[in-house]
Amino acid sequence: MKEGGGGYRNLLAISSLDKDDVLSLLDSARSFAEVSTRSVKKVPALRGKTIVNLFMEPSTRTRMSFELAAKRLSADVVNFSSSTSSLSKGESLKDTAKTIVAMGVDAVVVRHGSAGAPLMLTDWVECSVINAGDGMHEHPTQALLDLFTIRERLGRLEGLKVAIVGDIDHSRVARSNIHALRKVGAEVVLVAPQSLLPRDIQRMDVAVAGTIDEVLGWCDVLYLLRIQLERVNESRFPSLREYTLLYGLTDARWSELDHKPMVMHPGPMNRGVEIDSSVADDVESVITGQVAAGVALRMAVLYDLLGGSHG
Amino acid sequence: MADSILIKGGRALTFPGGLTGEVDIMVEAGRIKQVEAGINAGGAMVIDASGCVVAPGLVDMHVHLREPGMEYKEDIASGSRAAARGGFSAVFCMPNTEPPVDNLSVAEYVYDRGVDEGFCMVLPHGAITVGRRGETLAPMGEMAACRAGVMGYSDDGDPVANSEMMRRAMEYARTIGALIISHSEERSLSDGGQMNEGYYSTLLGLRGIPGEAEQIGVYRDICLAEKTGATLHLAHISTSGSVELVRSAKRRGVRVTCEVAPHHFSLDDSMLTSYDTNLKMNPPLRSRGDVEALMEGLADGTIDVIATDHAPHASHEKETEFDRALFGVVGLETCLALVMTKVVDSGVLSLEDAIARLTEAPARIMSMERWGYGTALEEGDDANLVVFDPEQRWTVDPGEFMSRSRNTPYAGWDVRGRVQHTLFKGRLVVIDGELAEGTR
Repeated sequence: MKEGGGGYRNLLAISSLDKDDVLSLLDSARSFAEVSTRSVKKVPALRGKTIVNLFMEPSTRTRMSFELAAKRLSADVVNFSSSTSSLSKGESLKDTAKTIVAMGVDAVVVRHGSAGAPLMLTDWVECSVINAGDGMHEHPTQALLDLFTIRERLGRLEGLKVAIVGDIDHSRVARSNIHALRKVGAEVVLVAPQSLLPRDIQRMDVAVAGTIDEVLGWCDVLYLLRIQLERVNESRFPSLREYTLLYGLTDARWSELDHKPMVMHPGPMNRGVEIDSSVADDVESVITGQVAAGVALRMAVLYDLLGGSHG
Repeated sequence: MADSILIKGGRALTFPGGLTGEVDIMVEAGRIKQVEAGINAGGAMVIDASGCVVAPGLVDMHVHLREPGMEYKEDIASGSRAAARGGFSAVFCMPNTEPPVDNLSVAEYVYDRGVDEGFCMVLPHGAITVGRRGETLAPMGEMAACRAGVMGYSDDGDPVANSEMMRRAMEYARTIGALIISHSEERSLSDGGQMNEGYYSTLLGLRGIPGEAEQIGVYRDICLAEKTGATLHLAHISTSGSVELVRSAKRRGVRVTCEVAPHHFSLDDSMLTSYDTNLKMNPPLRSRGDVEALMEGLADGTIDVIATDHAPHASHEKETEFDRALFGVVGLETCLALVMTKVVDSGVLSLEDAIARLTEAPARIMSMERWGYGTALEEGDDANLVVFDPEQRWTVDPGEFMSRSRNTPYAGWDVRGRVQHTLFKGRLVVIDGELAEGTR
């Protein structure tokens, strides 16, 4: 993984990993998945290490997932979130970083609304930095856990056909998944109106389709993104109703499919918008599987960055 | 200090005229006394200019010296010193101060502060509308008539959104012989944007500013200038589309000129993968294709002027998340070297033509003869001169800047072309690249 300025190992973006980095993390996650099935769900791998969850944007699942991952590795975890921190009092990210450094921690897991904030942090802290989602940029651990989930279920990644549907423009999950899927040799088609696609996205070596019906018979994996009502106010599409009409995984579409793809969603789902409730119930096991995979994958990441072999 | 200075053995660059062979230039009582080979020094102080070019002092049509109101970023004392060190004899300040330059008092304040400091002419541009709010016309006639002699009018970073207002401003400006300077930007397309819209904004997850936001503004103002017959200057154009719009407008005879900033021809948006906030400016760094088009625009004369858009910001305004960082970079102390390194070395323009974009062209557009500024280096002219070594290589070290702010993207760059001496009205304000304090 990428070396930081002070020689610390970081996980900032999938774009800076190579294929072997990705695959070795997935392999490592598999062995950590076993830990979560034990009655005592704990290994002493990171005993004595301190990890700060620095969450400057609301998040429940990712923060919990990182916290559980750290605790199952016996690390000490401190949570620092913007609602309770001095950030709401106008303290700069740099000053916050300096404060954290002074506390002598081993890693900062950062979620931030601004793209690039985790990279900036590496200049200011003396410890590993893990990106838990930065603006519209990347969410690397989400993509890794998604790949892990796909591989566990379908047995492979190379050559798979993956469709990602929804608000690509605002989605760090989409960006990280595109990088990760392309690195491991999966084909990717993005499904969205042009008004929800960022400019020149094709240069990321993906194809684009205009409606969900163009990919339903084709894809092995159908990755639905959460669509937000506020995009209607930004004139990105006319209404949620029309979104569902063109891009929703409706019961009618689902029941017609002979070959049903694996359906994924980063959560939380908007039932009745990007996915009908009955379909959501049908595919629930995969989606909760993503959540379980999240803990194992994040254990793998933390161990890789902080574990013994790298000191 | 000697009243007369002999600049010995440099090649003079004059407009008209071009580059001469080695000559001596005698400066006496603030003026050029003699330009000839082999002048006897007599009692004059001798400056060795061998290997150097002696050109008219540079003119920057677009700076932000932040005074009054934001002196923690820069003030006229620090900014005019930075200008002198960069080889400038005159800088034109944008009116986005606090209070803004929308009346004669503030205009004269800026002008007088420049005179007090004495390192270069500090000349204000005025606001088009009161408070730069786009609602009512500012008293252009009064500002033009005051001792600051304001000739250029711009609402700068808050461009006049209302086209009717812009039309009337142009009509009025034409009547009083003033120039409208347009920061062209259709805000509804650019609001919230952080960098050029394109592949790299997609990759980085930063909200994009499409080139069309600039081009729509450029085209609107060209249309209005064509209709009204006003004289229009387009600030910091940055896209190939803008270059093409200006090129075709000039062909039609529209009275339009434009400028490019050094950062727009020396950097591009692929560099933003570092999320370095010193690469954040407005207009944003564009694509490599745009950079090539800007170079073509310089080469064929579509782009008249090189201006820095020197925009100092304090470190805490840059050392922050990319989308919270302020737009802008300093440019006065790196401009000449970037022009030499990127424009002259690459063969886009000859040395003469490149320096003309920093002297003759802005002087013509801003009628600088009013201020006793000439580019012919003739006997009797005010001695505003820059002596620079076009070959000297140096490394940009922001720690050495005279500017109060250090927000440069060029730290550590190896560049070519260094200012050795600057004379302002016959006084050596920069000697051997260092500021000459206490020489008045």
